[in-house]
Order: sequence, then C-alpha cells, then structure tokens
Amino acid sequence: MARTRTTHDPFNAVAEPKRRKVLEALGIQERSVNELVELLGWNQPSVSKHLGVLKQVGLVSERRVGRQRMYRVNAERLKPIYDWVAPFERIWNERFDRLDQVLEKMKKEQSDVKK
Amino acid sequence: MSKNETVIKAEPGKQELFITREFDAPRELVFRAYTDPEIYAQWLGPHGLTTWFEVFEPVSGGKYKFVQKDTDGNEFSFHGVTHEVLLNERIIGTFEFDGLPETGHVVLETTRFEDLPGDRTRVSSQSVFQSVSDRDGMVQSGMEHGVVEGYERLDEILETLSK
Repeated sequence: MARTRTTHDPFNAVAEPKRRKVLEALGIQERSVNELVELLGWNQPSVSKHLGVLKQVGLVSERRVGRQRMYRVNAERLKPIYDWVAPFERIWNERFDRLDQVLEKMKKEQSDVKK
Repeated sequence: MSKNETVIKAEPGKQELFITREFDAPRELVFRAYTDPEIYAQWLGPHGLTTWFEVFEPVSGGKYKFVQKDTDGNEFSFHGVTHEVLLNERIIGTFEFDGLPETGHVVLETTRFEDLPGDRTRVSSQSVFQSVSDRDGMVQSGMEHGVVEGYERLDEILETLSK
C-alpha cells in the first residue's frame, strides 16, 4: 500500500509518536512553543518542526497573541482519525450481534436439557 | 442492535488492535461458541457470505482453516495455528488471510474470556500485526467490505420493494 506524504495526510502525521505527544500536550489548553519546549523537554527546533507538520495537515491551528504564537488542537480535523475504525467496528458489531443470538439459542438448549 | 458495545482500539502508528465486548451468557457457553466449529461458523460471518471450517483443531498445537464464499462463488480462505487453548480462559493463535499477494503477513491473536457477575462474560482480544501498514490494511479492508455490505443491503431492500 502506497503511503501518502506525511505533510498531506493527518493519519500519517499522527503516526509519529512525537507528534502525538505534541497533540496530547495541546489537548487541554492552548500553548506557546516555549511552553511546549518546557513541557516536553525537547529542543525548540524539534518542537517547531513537529508543530509545523501538524499545522500543515490542519491538526493544529495558531493565533498571534502579542509577539507570541499560540497553538491549539483543531478538534474538527482530529475527529476523522477517531472515526477511521468505524466501518471495521460495524463488522465486529454485526458479528457479535450474531454471536448474541447464537448464545441465546445455546442458553435455551441448555435449559431444555436440564428440564 | 445489542446494548453491549464493541470497543475497538487501534492507536495510530501502532501494530496492535484491541477488541472488547461483553455478552449476556456464562463464560463456558461463550467459550464453546468459539471452539465448536459448527457454532463458530454460524456467527463468524460476514453477512452475505457462507462460512465453513475445513480444519478446526481447538487444542494447543492445533490448526484451523476456514473458507468464506460470496454469492458470485468467490472463495476467501484464512488459516492459522492454535498456540494455546486454556479451557474457558484463553485462546492464543495465529491468523493469516490467504488472499494477499504474498504470504507471511501473520497476526498473533490472544482472546481472553472473563467471568462477570450475573452470568455475563467479557471477551477481549489483542491482535499484534507484523507492521503498522499490515494492521491499517486490515482495518481499511473493513471499510471496503462495509461498502460492499451496504450495497448488498440495498439489493435486498430493492428486491423487497420490487415484489
């Protein structure tokens, strides 16, 4: 399977563990690069590089506050990543719903034997 | 649909996949539904495909092979070895889809059966893939299948309407 470039695909962007850490750090509140550097304990170029990729795929947005840039998670773009297992989940849901029915039948058979 | 929710966890960039579901039946029964080939084939599905086991040895060191046939007669087979079967507790084995362009994309699966109060059971399975793309390919094949299944449903509905 051909992979799309990291900078185009949010799925690939979050495949990198460090970028997930950035998203986690931004999860609760808006932060500046300096705050992220302090929080994550990485150097500033590294934080900026990952922020750059996340920004390019739209997972992170920035706004200027005075001389600082503040970054936050763009929840709307993150949602498809949580949704990607949905069809797979539906297959399993249907499979397990069938198992429910089979188990009901087995329970009935078992209680019939006991009678 | 059941009130028991299927929880699937597939974190981005990882080789694992977790599936958890609870059932309103005692553990012995659920375990039997996983180890009796006739019962297993009844629910393994998916909808619209006929499933049967050609080999099924639910014992430590055993093996299995099951085949699924669609309405056009296309057959898909899957096989693996059973590493360990611990009665009513745990099944560990491998899984491989035979329809891939190359062999060797094997998944290691562990399924645990847990007693819950009120004659209920929790089944949790962990699948470990050889690569992230193997895992993602599996999840994405679900998407394709979901679409096919959607069309099949549509066919059924249309058929009922035309009657």
